[in-house]
Amino acid sequence: MGRKLDPSKKLKKGPGKKTRKQQGAETELAKFITDEDTGSKRLSSRARKRAAKRIQSLKKPKDVAEEKPKKGFTDENSKWLKPSKRKRKIDEQESEDDSDEHWEEEDDDEEEEEKVVEKKGGKDQQKKGVKGVKKEADDEDDDDGDDDDDEDDDDGDDDDDEGDDDDDGDDDDDDDDMVDDYGVQDDSDEAAEDDSDGEDLLPIERAAKKEKKQKKSKAPDSDEDDDDEEDEDDDEEEEEQESDADMDEEDELKTNIDEEDKFRLPKPEEGLLPLDLKAIYQRIKDNIDLLCNFSTKREEGKDRADYISLLKKDLCTYYSYNEFLIEKFMDLFPLSELVDFLEANEIHRPVTIRTNTLKTRRRDLAQALINRGVNLDPLGKWSKVGLVIYDSSVPIGATPEYLAGHYMLQGASSFLPVMALSPQEGELVLDMSSAPGGKTTYIAQLMRNTGVIVANDANAERLKSVVGNIHRLGVTNTVVCNYDGREFPKVMGGFDRVLLDAPCSGTGVIAKDPAVKTSKDEVDINRCAHLQKELILSAIDSVNADSPSGGYLVYCTCSITVEENEWVVDYALKKRNVKLVPTGLDFGKEGFTNFKKFRFHPTLRLTRRFYSHSHNMDGFFVAKLKKFSNIIPTAPPGNEDEKAEAPETTAATEAPEEKRSNSDKTKKTVLNKAGGLKQENKANGTAVTKKAIINSQGKKELHTGPKKAKVAKMDGETVKGTEAKKATDDGKASKADTKEGSRFEKKQATKRKTPMKAKNRMGKNKFNKLKHMLQKQ
Amino acid sequence: MSIGENIKLLVDRPDGVYCFRLHHDRVYYMSEKILKLATNFSRDKLMSVGTCFGKFTKTKKFRLHITALDFLAPYAKFKVWVKPGTEQSFLYGNHVLKSGLGRITENTMQYQGVVVYSMADVPLGFGVAAKSTQECRRVDPMSIVVFHQADVGEFIRNEETLT
Repeated sequence: MGRKLDPSKKLKKGPGKKTRKQQGAETELAKFITDEDTGSKRLSSRARKRAAKRIQSLKKPKDVAEEKPKKGFTDENSKWLKPSKRKRKIDEQESEDDSDEHWEEEDDDEEEEEKVVEKKGGKDQQKKGVKGVKKEADDEDDDDGDDDDDEDDDDGDDDDDEGDDDDDGDDDDDDDDMVDDYGVQDDSDEAAEDDSDGEDLLPIERAAKKEKKQKKSKAPDSDEDDDDEEDEDDDEEEEEQESDADMDEEDELKTNIDEEDKFRLPKPEEGLLPLDLKAIYQRIKDNIDLLCNFSTKREEGKDRADYISLLKKDLCTYYSYNEFLIEKFMDLFPLSELVDFLEANEIHRPVTIRTNTLKTRRRDLAQALINRGVNLDPLGKWSKVGLVIYDSSVPIGATPEYLAGHYMLQGASSFLPVMALSPQEGELVLDMSSAPGGKTTYIAQLMRNTGVIVANDANAERLKSVVGNIHRLGVTNTVVCNYDGREFPKVMGGFDRVLLDAPCSGTGVIAKDPAVKTSKDEVDINRCAHLQKELILSAIDSVNADSPSGGYLVYCTCSITVEENEWVVDYALKKRNVKLVPTGLDFGKEGFTNFKKFRFHPTLRLTRRFYSHSHNMDGFFVAKLKKFSNIIPTAPPGNEDEKAEAPETTAATEAPEEKRSNSDKTKKTVLNKAGGLKQENKANGTAVTKKAIINSQGKKELHTGPKKAKVAKMDGETVKGTEAKKATDDGKASKADTKEGSRFEKKQATKRKTPMKAKNRMGKNKFNKLKHMLQKQ
Repeated sequence: MSIGENIKLLVDRPDGVYCFRLHHDRVYYMSEKILKLATNFSRDKLMSVGTCFGKFTKTKKFRLHITALDFLAPYAKFKVWVKPGTEQSFLYGNHVLKSGLGRITENTMQYQGVVVYSMADVPLGFGVAAKSTQECRRVDPMSIVVFHQADVGEFIRNEETLT
């Protein structure tokens, strides 16, 4: 703390130690204080100090002006600019030269002073901010006190001077430390003369004033080293950031921009400078920062592409990716997220487990594991069976609970497609790509071991793990087989739900398999996409659209590229009678509807993407499709003429399909009838008999939508008419029919007679075939 | 390892009729529903149906697999409970010593098939009683009381052999 000013104290005089001691502010200030400053008022200690400072600064400009004539302002401005100029110069000088010049100005140069000030001012000297006189005074007190306290007795003599010098230099510096007033300090001196403490102006106003002055002073100041760089490059920033911290930033930005200027240089000459990783990382950060504020920070003559190509190269080097993948990611993510994403790919996602509700409850399992010394937590609101493992004293994959099948090690993102699929009890479900069996067993536990699950995988080796997991978790309703997924509708179809976790390039799980970083390129992605398209078509064909409780397909991948995800789903939408439905997952990013050159169906919004950096789970994509008709369109759906003319051909092509055999057979019988009854008119009566015959054969009327309409047309009846007659219509079908019906009614009205006559003729072979089939029945 | 008349309980279950089928020398236990569907698949492509109970060795002996544990455990007539410390040892495939024996069903004959449980009533595997209950009481702590036949640790150790 500072010594209290006490004028009544006697000063010691003489050669002794006590006279050499610092007398206290009162006496020391007295040397500086003149009448003009103190005036009539009895000033407080701080006021006195301020007054002293003012006088000091008045003296200095003369010195400075002499030393640095090149800095001189125009005569017009010199008067009112003087104080600020002076201050500025002090600051500048502080900033330029840590010690010497600064102290030359001082009246009392002491080495210790320099040291002290260097200590304090070393950091601060970079600063440009100058604080209000008042605040300087405050800091001065503290400084003095600190100095006094800190200094040894050896420095006692110098303390006086120090205090004085502190007034000059440290005040600014320390004030800069303490308060950020947008660099208005230069103004404050002038203002102080006008306004007692310079307080009347708001800091912002002061800053504005200072700005003006600085702009004017820019030209002469530009000779100064630091000033040059600051003024030239970052006027805005300079003005904005006047506090100490900002001063440091400024210099950083300054140096950053210098570096970025230097970024360009290596390219033409020698490629990238082989810097160490840290430097590359810094460069990446700076580059991204620049690209985000391109207009302000760009270098003249260099366009965005240059910076971006440099960024790409740096990212490739730093994170060890090949260029192809980095380009892909740059397309997918905005620059701000890109680094987050790449960083997230370096570290593993937390280990998660799924409780096997067939054997235990999550509560009990958590308790048992905690007793073994595992640190865990529930996975999140969205899952009732998930647990995340933070750390464990026992190996999680080998506890007796694991062996007893109470839980399964499974990534959090793998929960999602099964949740989206939501299989019901008693259904027939297909998992086309089931290894290692995590999703299959989850499906089984959701179905409570009822119904049947077919777990398929093309790889026989990995299938063993499926079998193992199924047995371990106590799943009893599963058939495990080893087919190529593309064979599927032939082998068996008519599933209520199908899950296709397609083999993919694995760009979402780089954390698990870093080899992906360098091994994937254009060809791989396209190959995967091609396979996925084939698989999704097979999967769709294996779903039974007329299933009472289902008709759903979930397509998912652990990849984040658009070619493997949205493009494949879009392809399926075009090729088959399916539509997208909400996945039921309320978090995650929506899928893209537009991406670079692709334009997808708007319902692609219903798909979901998950990323490692935003959701803390492996990169994933989930899409849920509903099949609304079992017909495979041979032409783009919605083309009525083609549909109308091609019922025969479709019937013929669908003949080999097994699961749709029911509907096919009825269709054929209808055709047969049509052929046989060509003489008859299309009165309702005949239609009834026809229908009655068909129904009596015990076949389910499975016609929906367009097929129904076609059939109806063959019979020469309106769709609605046939609806009324059909005994086994289900609500859905009829709804679909009414929509379709309206389309076809008009046509039928016009074409009523012609189709019958035109199409009554059937090929001999077809007729015989049908005859045989009927006879069998 | 005999469950006696309880075999009937395995076949006629409230949720349908179950059956055993032989496929590739392995015996599978499944409901008839699954059986029907499994006929869709060609023999060489079919890997597993329902639950595998065991297999016939080359010499046509029947070896019961650990995978049957869930089904047999509830019907087991003779059970052996093992102390917590010995759990891990058993799961590694070691026999159970007298020192590790917790409880044993009364009237267990020698060489009787038993189901091994942990003290928390979690089934651990199958075994064969090396000594009858009476003898177990008298014998010294270091002698074997249950021969190891199958344990759940095999899921990890012998994944390959499950199919």
